[in-house]
Amino acid sequence: MSRLRKFFKNYRRQAVLAPIFKLLEALMNLLVPLAVGAIINNGIGNADRNYIIRMFIVLLVLAVLGMLFSFVAQWYAANASVGFAAQMRQALFDHIQKLSFTEIDTLRPDTLITRMTSDANQVQNGLNLALRLLLRSPFIVFGSMILAFTIDVKSALVFAVAIPVLTVVVFAIMLASIPLFTKSQKALDRLTGLTRENLSGARVIRAFCKEQQEVDEFDRRNEALTHINERVGRLSALMNPLTYVIINIATIVLIHTGALQVSLGALRQGDVVALYNYMAQIIIELIKLASLIITINKSLACANRIADVFDIQPGMTYPAAEADFEPAGRPDGETATAPAVRFDNVSFTYAGASDAALSDVSFTAAKGSTIGIIGGTGCGKSTLVSLIARFYDATRGCVSVNGRDVRSYPEGALTGRIGFVPQKAVLFRGTVRDNLRWGNESADDESLWEALDAAQAKDVIEGKPGGLSFLIEQNGRNLSGGQKQRLTIARALVKKPEILIMDDSASALDFATDLALRRAVRALEGSMTIFIVSQRASSIRDADGILVLDDGRLAGKGTHKELMKSCRVYREIYYSQYPDEKPEDTTAGKEQA
Amino acid sequence: MMNAQNETGKKTAAAFRKVLTYIGRYRILLFLSLLLAAISVILQLYIPILFGRAIDCIVAPGEVDFGTIAHQSGRILILLAVTALSTWLMNLTNNRLTYRTVQDIRAKAIRQIQNVPLSYLDAGSEGDIVQRVIADVDQLSDGLLMGFTQLFSGIVMIVMTLVFMLQRSVPISVMVIVLTPVSFLIARFIAKHSFAMFKKQTEVRGQQTALINEMVGNEKIVHAFNYGERASKRFDAINKELQKYSVQAIFFSSLTNPCTRAVNAVIYALVALAGAFMIPGGSLTVGTLTVLLTYANQYMKPFNDISSVFTELTGAMACAGRVFDLIEATPQSPDPEKQFAQPVSGAVSIQDVSFSYTPDHPLIEHFSLTARPGMRIAIVGPTGCGKTTFINLLMRFYDIQSGSILIDGTDIYTVSRGSLRRQFGMVLQDTWLTQASVRENLAFGRQDATDEEIIAAAKEARSWDFIRRLPMQLDTVINDDDLSQGQKQLLCITRVMLVRPPMLILDEATSSIDTRTELLVQEAFDKLMAGRTSFIVAHRLSTIRSADVILVMRDGKIIEQGTHEQLMAAGGFYTNLYNSQFAGTAI
Repeated sequence: MSRLRKFFKNYRRQAVLAPIFKLLEALMNLLVPLAVGAIINNGIGNADRNYIIRMFIVLLVLAVLGMLFSFVAQWYAANASVGFAAQMRQALFDHIQKLSFTEIDTLRPDTLITRMTSDANQVQNGLNLALRLLLRSPFIVFGSMILAFTIDVKSALVFAVAIPVLTVVVFAIMLASIPLFTKSQKALDRLTGLTRENLSGARVIRAFCKEQQEVDEFDRRNEALTHINERVGRLSALMNPLTYVIINIATIVLIHTGALQVSLGALRQGDVVALYNYMAQIIIELIKLASLIITINKSLACANRIADVFDIQPGMTYPAAEADFEPAGRPDGETATAPAVRFDNVSFTYAGASDAALSDVSFTAAKGSTIGIIGGTGCGKSTLVSLIARFYDATRGCVSVNGRDVRSYPEGALTGRIGFVPQKAVLFRGTVRDNLRWGNESADDESLWEALDAAQAKDVIEGKPGGLSFLIEQNGRNLSGGQKQRLTIARALVKKPEILIMDDSASALDFATDLALRRAVRALEGSMTIFIVSQRASSIRDADGILVLDDGRLAGKGTHKELMKSCRVYREIYYSQYPDEKPEDTTAGKEQA
Repeated sequence: MMNAQNETGKKTAAAFRKVLTYIGRYRILLFLSLLLAAISVILQLYIPILFGRAIDCIVAPGEVDFGTIAHQSGRILILLAVTALSTWLMNLTNNRLTYRTVQDIRAKAIRQIQNVPLSYLDAGSEGDIVQRVIADVDQLSDGLLMGFTQLFSGIVMIVMTLVFMLQRSVPISVMVIVLTPVSFLIARFIAKHSFAMFKKQTEVRGQQTALINEMVGNEKIVHAFNYGERASKRFDAINKELQKYSVQAIFFSSLTNPCTRAVNAVIYALVALAGAFMIPGGSLTVGTLTVLLTYANQYMKPFNDISSVFTELTGAMACAGRVFDLIEATPQSPDPEKQFAQPVSGAVSIQDVSFSYTPDHPLIEHFSLTARPGMRIAIVGPTGCGKTTFINLLMRFYDIQSGSILIDGTDIYTVSRGSLRRQFGMVLQDTWLTQASVRENLAFGRQDATDEEIIAAAKEARSWDFIRRLPMQLDTVINDDDLSQGQKQLLCITRVMLVRPPMLILDEATSSIDTRTELLVQEAFDKLMAGRTSFIVAHRLSTIRSADVILVMRDGKIIEQGTHEQLMAAGGFYTNLYNSQFAGTAI
């Protein structure tokens, strides 16, 4: 929690005033038994009706003041806790924007989303409760004891004994049940996981006739859950009866002590009633405090998880923006002749992985050329293109764009030059126009249509009601897979990038559309360098250069013709897709030998 | 409007009756729980009276009746022991009652999941059914059973407090009864007005969550387009709005407690005033006033409890309704006892089969097919043509509406589903693995398999190469994200490889593997398919050219049938389909 303290910055006053007003309210509460005691001692004892009425008015004033103090406290607490949470959420969101891919991979999006939503809410609720109540209950408990001492020291000693005993019992039961709660949650999670598996695997389970076995496994976990729940239950079942017995025994002792003191003349009847009322208040507050602490504990766990995200520092640093750094799209001087992309002995291992995803890859891509990248699943194709955009830093070797090491580009300067079409076609809730403008905020409709045309998506959008204003639903679920892919390509083209990277982004298109798309993109003005990652030999066979990857290594580079002669892996891939063109096995065997 | 309310009311009542049948199994526990609740509530209300009597014995020096005090203390101690014991036993009883009922309902639900027709599971969403089995049942247990006892003890408490109060002082009791509703009115007023604010808060929070999901869920794209700052700005706008509504909603709703407490405090003061006026007249004692003050303090509590119990009960019944919808869904038709004499030779005869998922959209009509043992049958066609439906019918995942399917001359509807399904090995596009070790997953269909057999099968299916490199090899626990799609599919293939069933079904089994690896797996498949009747559904046509017969399906009908060469020569739909996949070749 201390790591998050800075978010109190603008709400320090509220955070201090909230508990103070709450204590004032509690003080009003504490004075009530004294007033009632006074009514009995002085009002009834002396049959003084005026005194009774005065004390009645005091009670009313206490009630109204208590309510008003409470209002103020609630107002400050709501402002402080909501303000704190809002600042924290914003900072967290901004922080996540700064993280690089390596950190995002290790954190996983769904964890981050949970931190930002339910965890942040828990912290807000916990904080709100803590500001209002965390001090209040102990204040009433100890206040009752202190006021008891002001009434009569001897009787008050009962409080001094009862309070620690109660505290120990309440907290012992609570602390003992916390680990059991965790266990119970885990048992429930296991049951949930199993239910989910039974649903997603319904076909396989039935195909293998495993229904009964799955039911048995479920019964076992169901029983385990009941078992642990009953254990927790047995423990918390003790709380009520135990505290009830303790407080009432303490009250009996109090009455006896009180009786003795009264008979000695050291105490009056009203005082005994006041003491009795204080005793009754203590137990309510202690139980409130116990359940409050459970809630706050949960919030603290959430707060810690959020603080952990803040502790993660972006793993990538950028040089400060240079004033003379040449803007995107206008390369000059030495960079004009440099290759668009160059890899020098590049190796890369994902954080936490044992094997390298890329090993010792070197190649150059001239400006304006089209480079195809092909290979089996998991061979490192996507990794390779990620390094061009510096989504990750090479573990060894050097990646340069326009003759400059990618690490020397200021933040945003490199991604500004690259149009990236990811493997998974993701679109966002909003109009087609909003989505396409991700590439360039100020692009006009004409250039959007241009990009759509090249991406073979013009017909698609023209056919939608509203055209560019057509509303895309979350995750683009009102579009087909092929339509989404074409829109993500258009989005990258709107950027008018120097380098276009298409990471297996035409897989849902039929072969004819794929071909038309490649031709149209190639025909766009400017000398765009294009990288096409694909599993289809047809998509890359006419590229200027083809990189063949096999298990993270460059198995070959060259044109289609060259590779058909020199590269076994490429030949195998090609013939696996074009078995008709495969020559007799004897020839292939000779070439290999 | 009234109708809708009636409808909900009826549903709640129906769900309640069904829940009672589950609790009915533990009716002794239920009876015990109610009895103990009554005892403990009455005693808890009676003990303050005894304290009041004790206080009445403490008047002034010389006027302290120690004997009576001791006598009352003794009685309090005994009642205290009884109260504590019955509260404790009641808690234990409720625990058992709750958790056993929940366990029973869940056990019933999982059996039902295994026994409903697949069409039921296909139609519902996975998350929704999980919610019913887990969260809904949880809420049912919380709401119903805790509510049940609270409702009962609340009523007992109100009645007994009234009885005890009226016995002490009628005017004071009447005053308390008359003033109590004021705090209800205030609470209702606040709840009504804060509801609108909470609604607004929920709305804006929904917008914010959607934005977080989109941006944080796709952080890589945000990064690639330098969208981070723009995203932050959008977030800031929503965040500020949310802050505004949250403060309002939280503050306004948090006024309830101070307000009702203030009303309560006023009642308390009035009781003190009235009591103090009455004591000198002798119609009340100090001890009795103390008792009345205690009651006045507690009197609101059971009312609050009961009103929240009603909210919770309604919620719990809604959840119960959802659970019972699942539990009472029509199960699949009962299984015949008859089994196949194992193993079958694999002669499959499909005669004039018709099937549709929805009555008004006929899918498969008058479908016939004869496969000799060991034949390799490929089924191709555009998306939605009924390829996978055909597999569903063969495995009896769905039941045909007319016609018949015979295996070795036996109608598959005359044998048990288990016996039928054991004749097939199935590999689907969806690579389902259970969260367990690689060994357990591979031995899913044959639990007695030895490690040697598993490894041999893995080698045949080409999966051993990567299994060998996993951190714990066969003992590695499979986590969904650690394996590539291709690797998972290889495990699924190995799983079937180990069983060696008489017939095979490959439904898009290699579509997520790259073509070069597929060639390797294909060898394994070829070995597995040798001598076995096999049905292969594929969209990648290169993989099915060696089939004995290719069925080309369109709109639920076989429109062409023959070997690859025959179909290509015919120059029909298949030829078009085949060429469209290879059109990019010529540039």
